[in-house]
Amino acid sequence: MQLDEFFVTGEPLIYAGMVSIVLVSATVIFLLTYFKRWKWLWNEWLTTVDHKKIGIMYILSALAMLFRGGVDALMMRTQLAFPDMNFLNSQHYNEVFTTHGTIMIIFMAMPFLIGLMNIIVPLQIGARDFAFPFLNAVSFWSFFFGALLFNLSFVIGGAPDAGWTNYAPLAGSELSPGPGINFYLLGLQLSGIGTLATGINLMVTILRMRAPGMTLMKMPIFTWSTLITTFIIIFAFPILTIALALMTIDRIFGSHFFTLTGEGLPMMWANLFWMWGHPEVYIVILPAFGIFSEVIASFAQKQIFGYKAMVGAIVIIAGLSFVVWVHHFFTMGAGAFVNSVFSITTMMIAIPTGVKIFNWLATLYKSKIIFSAPMLWSLAFIPSFTIGGVTGVMLGMAAADYQYHNTYFLVSHFHYVLIPGTVFACFAGLIFWYPKMFGHKLNERIGKWAFWLFLIGFHLCFFPQYFLGLDGMARRIFTVGPEWFTLNFVSTMGAFLMGLGFIVFVHCVIYSFRFSPRNIEGDSWGYGRTLEWATPTPIPKYNFATLPEIESHDALIDMKEKGQTTFDRDKLEPIHMPSYTGQPFIMAAIMFFASFALVFEWITLAVIGLAGIIVMMIIRSFDYDEGYHIEVDEVIETEKKARGMTDE
Amino acid sequence: MSEQKTDDVALEYSTHQGQMNIVGFWIFLAAEISLFSTLFATYAVLFGRTAGAPEPAELFEAGTVLIMTFILLTSSFTCGLAIHNMREGSLKGLMIWLGITLLLGLGFLGFEIYEFVHYAHEGATIGSSAFWSGFFTLTGTHGVHVTLGVGWMIAILIQLKQRGLTAVTTRKVFIVGLYWHFLDVIWIFIFTSVYMIGMVV
Repeated sequence: MQLDEFFVTGEPLIYAGMVSIVLVSATVIFLLTYFKRWKWLWNEWLTTVDHKKIGIMYILSALAMLFRGGVDALMMRTQLAFPDMNFLNSQHYNEVFTTHGTIMIIFMAMPFLIGLMNIIVPLQIGARDFAFPFLNAVSFWSFFFGALLFNLSFVIGGAPDAGWTNYAPLAGSELSPGPGINFYLLGLQLSGIGTLATGINLMVTILRMRAPGMTLMKMPIFTWSTLITTFIIIFAFPILTIALALMTIDRIFGSHFFTLTGEGLPMMWANLFWMWGHPEVYIVILPAFGIFSEVIASFAQKQIFGYKAMVGAIVIIAGLSFVVWVHHFFTMGAGAFVNSVFSITTMMIAIPTGVKIFNWLATLYKSKIIFSAPMLWSLAFIPSFTIGGVTGVMLGMAAADYQYHNTYFLVSHFHYVLIPGTVFACFAGLIFWYPKMFGHKLNERIGKWAFWLFLIGFHLCFFPQYFLGLDGMARRIFTVGPEWFTLNFVSTMGAFLMGLGFIVFVHCVIYSFRFSPRNIEGDSWGYGRTLEWATPTPIPKYNFATLPEIESHDALIDMKEKGQTTFDRDKLEPIHMPSYTGQPFIMAAIMFFASFALVFEWITLAVIGLAGIIVMMIIRSFDYDEGYHIEVDEVIETEKKARGMTDE
Repeated sequence: MSEQKTDDVALEYSTHQGQMNIVGFWIFLAAEISLFSTLFATYAVLFGRTAGAPEPAELFEAGTVLIMTFILLTSSFTCGLAIHNMREGSLKGLMIWLGITLLLGLGFLGFEIYEFVHYAHEGATIGSSAFWSGFFTLTGTHGVHVTLGVGWMIAILIQLKQRGLTAVTTRKVFIVGLYWHFLDVIWIFIFTSVYMIGMVV
């Protein structure tokens, strides 16, 4: 293989990408060396098994991916701003919409939410950490290296270009030779392993590590939505694992699952992909619903309206999510009966979702609303998401879908559910729980500026796209005709406004890091209702010194009434902690090596990598590290300092 | 918390961490069911799509498959005896029966490799047609699971030799036992829905 086949050449934008990667990497290496922080990086972060730190790493990676996916989006919008633009050629455009979609779903939305779950769920249920802290670290690093592998593709080997849905036969080796699609298949496979492990880990954590007295129906809503999400992950992700594996075998070892030759069935890919893909949509929306429920209840200063109905609605949505996948390809021609069945199941999803919308509204009804930044994101979510939901029902009607299919109407619909749903929730949750992560709040004034810019930009960007779709503009076309100019131009303006909102948000983070007062209140907003706000800020590494008996899903409200804290001297015991270890990082790095070799079909190297993974598993099996204990004296010392208590 | 021991339960369930590991493994098996279901569905959809390669009925041999089934079912029984000995507190009995289980697993793999080589000789490989891709991937995935199980058992046998019966080692034996029985269940489905149907259709 020649060097110019290995690196992508001939594109000025990609050269710029290479230069910026080299510069950023060099800066990071320089800063770490200059400030002598290598050891700190390894000891505090790369080897950590602490759920709070892993959660922060998830969120930082997700924000980086939001930037990458956002730049992709802006490149597409620039290309579509004027008729017959020459900013991107068709091949480059194909690559950009593929990586945009894949990155935003797999490497942005999911890790962002999993990051918030990592930090918040153990705190909400009063647990010391995840059930399996080691496995949690393995999950994070396999996601991280999966994302790294996928992102490498645009400078090394060439980016995938068959859409985030990666349909066969286009994505098969006949029509897409070269490593591009392999990057997609193996990058997703690697991070998918991490997601599945996190699903199992969180489920056991929630089922077996709740505080005394916290029955299932006394769990906070965010924890409930996480529990149901883990169910979806556990049953949906293995389908993706198999689908990706089958296409990998097709491409590298010449089997005939999705090929046109050998009596393969290309449409089976679409079925398998969406049997995972539709539940996946709910994996990224249910936790978002949970976040909004927490934020709305807190800043409406009321307990959530219809707690049981909320839980029921989540369960029903999760169940329905597995029986609607055909609505992604009504035009495949499965016949009137099949399409009708899936049409009805699709529309049924609107019922439990509607229940949730009305519950949020009822929570707000006659309440004293505090208009904080997280609350603004949550309030904007309700009407925006409803527009997305209603157009979803339109798309769900199979007969009408023949008109909307693969037009900008669809593009607008799913951005209207995923952005107000997932992205707004990520912002709301991040700002809401920020003090618990970093010990200070984000600046409210700048945060609200970011919110308004992003919100206006969002509607400006996507509302015109409904009409472009109805006017017949197909998705994934790389140039537009003059008849669609005005709406496309408005849309592009909106996209750049969203980009500006993101920049203002980043500014908000930096500004707050420098100037925000270091808040020492455990209940940082003063409106907290659940157990995570009972811990001091910043949170001690063992989370809870002691736990009270939980009596309702608003545990902190009860505790305040009774004057209880999570520091009861009579109940103190030594706290068991797991040891930090570099094994997860090394194991995932070897998996990265093996996957990278397989991308280029270097089988010998891939086998060596596989052997390395097995060696790491054996090392883990023979590792009998029992962790260590934090003694009572140290707990007292830490709690006194964190709570600002003087000796009595 | 994980150190607290409670009386009257089996050693593997005696610590909170042990209980959680076992629950976690059951949930992992649920994910495995989803994984194998997808493979079975794929195989079923591609059934009969042989594209000129040999038909399954021409190649499947009742004798070999019956022997394989017998070996694997027996290994599940010996695995159960191993757990029984563990519960009785007999390290020696546990190690003997686990060793026998492992050998039976290897025997099964030997027959499977022979079978695959034989089919390849007759012109049916993973690249022959959609049907054979489905066949080799489904049975191959099961075979890889058995191989991993064998390796896992060897690692656990060494740890049993080093450490004897502790809350941790018994938990590991119990979990590998769950895994082994699960693979047996999967094989029963392969035996019926792949081989038996393949021989008569």
